[in-house]
Amino acid sequence: MNLHSLTAHALLDLFKSGKASAKEAYKAVVGRIKAVDPKVKAYVHMASHQPDYRGEFQIPIGIKDNLCTKGEEITCASRILKGFRSPYDAGVMEKIKKSGGAILGIVNMDEFAFGSSCETSCYGPTFNPWNLECVPGGSSGGSAASVAADEAVWALGSDTGGSIRQPASFCGIVGLKPTYGRVSRYGLIAFASSLDQIGPLTKDVRDCALLMNIISGYDERDSTSVNEPVPDYTKALVNDVRGLKIGIPQEAFAEGLDPEVRRSVEDALNLLKKLGAVIKEVSLPHTPYAVAAYYIVATAEASSNLARFDGVRYGLRVQPASVRKTALTDMYEETRSLGFGDEVKRRIMLGTYALSSGYYDAYYLRGQKVRTLIKNDLDEVFKDCDVIMTPTSPTVAFKVGEKISDPLSMYLSDIYTIPANLAGIPAISVPCGLSKSSCLPIGLQLMGKAFDEEMLLRVSYTYEQNTQWHLKKPKLD
Amino acid sequence: MPISKEDVKYIAALARIDVPEDKLEGMTKSLRCIVQYVEQLQKLDVDNVKPTSHAVPVGNVLRPDVVKPSLTNQEALAIAVEAKDGCFKVPLVIE
Repeated sequence: MNLHSLTAHALLDLFKSGKASAKEAYKAVVGRIKAVDPKVKAYVHMASHQPDYRGEFQIPIGIKDNLCTKGEEITCASRILKGFRSPYDAGVMEKIKKSGGAILGIVNMDEFAFGSSCETSCYGPTFNPWNLECVPGGSSGGSAASVAADEAVWALGSDTGGSIRQPASFCGIVGLKPTYGRVSRYGLIAFASSLDQIGPLTKDVRDCALLMNIISGYDERDSTSVNEPVPDYTKALVNDVRGLKIGIPQEAFAEGLDPEVRRSVEDALNLLKKLGAVIKEVSLPHTPYAVAAYYIVATAEASSNLARFDGVRYGLRVQPASVRKTALTDMYEETRSLGFGDEVKRRIMLGTYALSSGYYDAYYLRGQKVRTLIKNDLDEVFKDCDVIMTPTSPTVAFKVGEKISDPLSMYLSDIYTIPANLAGIPAISVPCGLSKSSCLPIGLQLMGKAFDEEMLLRVSYTYEQNTQWHLKKPKLD
Repeated sequence: MPISKEDVKYIAALARIDVPEDKLEGMTKSLRCIVQYVEQLQKLDVDNVKPTSHAVPVGNVLRPDVVKPSLTNQEALAIAVEAKDGCFKVPLVIE
């Protein structure tokens, strides 16, 4: 038995019955990382401390490089944060540590989470365990690849426009973006504060529910954290969708969707129908505008959030050559110019433009109004549907280098995932097929009402119990 | 009006980013392409629509004003690029 290949719930059963220990599991996963990470490159560095093996959930976990973890170098995969050792734990990291979580190391991402391929990292790309010539998706590409390659039992990521769900889909695992406000953002290095949420990447839906139990809950240090009671998410794992209403937005099946992805999602739909779900055709007329609205709102917020990286306090500082009066502003400019990669600079400038005098109404305010229209579309559909189902991504994983020089085509790979962030609702990606032509995973997305993660877990658990896709693994040896 | 090189220089200065001459063309092109894509938002009628800045409605969030432990001066400065007399040290601001 390979301990590294097991789910968290299978490991917990073994720990309980005494057939394996948490220490053995941790060692097995570290061994797996040593064996396959030179190929996958999911990790940017290993944890500086061994786990202390205390707590109820001593599961080996990978942490995205934007979650402040005390004593670890946390860089958002950017040169500008090189050398930043976090002096504190993020809210989720306190919860992970308290639960017994055995931190393996810090995993790769797109620089500042700006990307859908994990290629903009200052550490270089992570590769898709299913095909090392392909990207793992992004921005939580390291989180997804580490779980898919059995280099972590589960991992934490963050999702601003699809950054948990799209890599989960590309790597054939489960990824959940919780409702905005469900999980504390305290200590998550901010990209777009009104869209960011931390969430789990796991090998199956049961693990997703378990990790949600650990990380959810109110935190007064995040003023957008919502003080709603946290249910036991494992109680939602019911193999029954009879009578549940699943909305299928016609806009999601329009042009640009890969035929194999379409077929897999339609197969999933037919299966759920056979299991007793009621399928309803619905319309989300403003979702074709979601990517455009998102790239205004998200970059505007990012340009403001990333103003704090200026060389004054931590991370990189480039000393200006001059000792002129402008030495301080020279230092800001030289530090930011050397510290940020091209995509980060592009997005900061786009956001600065959208917020600048004379363009604010035409871009930023209009973007926020279109956000309202998209949210209204979803609210309307949820009056009569329990979940909305779409593909997670219009394609399977693409080749490394394929889209990196065309930012707009990269942005469009988030077309199905962005609406959930704009509306603040929860959404999950679960594996629903393998492409026949490329043998790469396909994911389906379920969106739910705010704070109804349980419905997403119930429908995806039912789907999982009646299919085998979540059991497929890439061959890496 | 499409974004010009001059616009890009102006935005870069606002954002405290230096775009060198040899990268200006490429950056202008990619920003122009994205802004053109975003222009589709102008097609929608949003006259009577309220903007959404936060999807989940939360009002002013207040907490009791109680002193709690936080990072010490020493802990905060442990990550400083340069520190002096218990403060972050920066290049000359005023002569």
